[in-house]
Amino acid sequence: MAEHSPAKTTDRPGPHLGHVASPRVLLSVWAVLVVLTVTTVAITKVDLGEGPNLWLALGLATVKAGLVVLYFMHLRYDNPVYGLVLVFSLFFVILFIAGTLTDTRQYQHELEPGYAPAMQKR
Amino acid sequence: MGEPRQPPADAQHGEHAANHDPYLAHHFDTPEQQFDSVKLGMWIFLTTEILLFSGLFCAYAVFRANHPEVFEWGHRYLDVTLGGINTVVLICSSLTMAWSVRAAQLGQQRLLKICLAATLIGGCAFLGIKYVEYKHKWEAGLLWAGQYNPTHGLDAAGEAGLHGPAPEAAANPAPQGAAPDAAGVAPAAGTAAPAAAGQAGTTPGATRPAEGPLPPAESVDGVQIERTLNPPPGEAPTGLRLDSRAGVPHLMPAEAPRQLWWFFGIYFLMTGLHGIHVIGGLGAISWLLARSFKGTFGPAYYIPVDLVGLYWHLVDVIWIFLFPLLYLIH
Repeated sequence: MAEHSPAKTTDRPGPHLGHVASPRVLLSVWAVLVVLTVTTVAITKVDLGEGPNLWLALGLATVKAGLVVLYFMHLRYDNPVYGLVLVFSLFFVILFIAGTLTDTRQYQHELEPGYAPAMQKR
Repeated sequence: MGEPRQPPADAQHGEHAANHDPYLAHHFDTPEQQFDSVKLGMWIFLTTEILLFSGLFCAYAVFRANHPEVFEWGHRYLDVTLGGINTVVLICSSLTMAWSVRAAQLGQQRLLKICLAATLIGGCAFLGIKYVEYKHKWEAGLLWAGQYNPTHGLDAAGEAGLHGPAPEAAANPAPQGAAPDAAGVAPAAGTAAPAAAGQAGTTPGATRPAEGPLPPAESVDGVQIERTLNPPPGEAPTGLRLDSRAGVPHLMPAEAPRQLWWFFGIYFLMTGLHGIHVIGGLGAISWLLARSFKGTFGPAYYIPVDLVGLYWHLVDVIWIFLFPLLYLIH
């Protein structure tokens, strides 16, 4: 809003209602996203163990997604109710996946030996 | 939203009909109210998209939790370079989309058209690279269960970074990832080099564990080898197997997990649904571009640009999760 200069070509007066992202923010978010992508690829080559590698990759992806949502999608500056909608949906996604994973683990011992490596690790 | 409507000059609205904002729909009191309602609606739509994809992410999680070996094998057939380029392409197109929202808010018509066109080009580049990847899988027969028939499996794998230092790997029963990673992100496990037939006969894949109990763990050079289908590099392809499942000789390594097509099934389902969303987004951006040539958007009316931007960024976010989950399995 603050940097709203009189429109050059539009002939329509009127307020703009949303937040106008500054070029500096847009470019730095973009740069961080590219750097994080390269980092994500690079850390796959480092062996941290199956679990840590997966969680680190997912963590970096979450950071990237957070940057996109907060800055490119203006959530940081917009009406907080949109963020609430998003958080609610993510809560149910986590509930959905965590519940299903918990359930499928209950049947690990019924899986055919040799085709259930997850079972054999325990 | 949509076409501007002039309010009827009835008793209720007559008083402000003369200077009525042409972009304020009749059923809203103020532009602020309209803006908030429209955006809330868009966010609710985006959550339905998230929930749609979460079904596939859930299927992925269950498959991978129960059969990590399928994913460790399968991801080696994907090209990390192409996937990485596609990630960056999508991030760049997200930047130009965010910038086109800014341009519309500030009434910078020329910049708006440039940014929308750049976003369009980015989306097309993404689909083009995806086409190259799909074509490759298609020709190699690396498809979902019904079509899974990897007649050129290993040739395809070679291109996907599956070349590995076979002899060293074959002598090394160390767990996944312990070997130096010469072949880039893909572990140095896969190789076309057939080893001695006798050795192949003792590997779990060759004996088809489904048909009998798992062979007991055995000791090679004092190192215990777990007989799972989660292949350590040392046990990677030691022989070729003729699989008459589809009546075609089948050049998969003998130890390849039996249900390797699960990986390609979930791969095509997830990237395919994502690709459909990219196509939808490209349609919406083309529509914005066409309207921007008429000078429709400006500080007073940029909601369509904003909403399509939100959608495009969500498609980007979903790819940000798909890329490590499908391409970067360690």
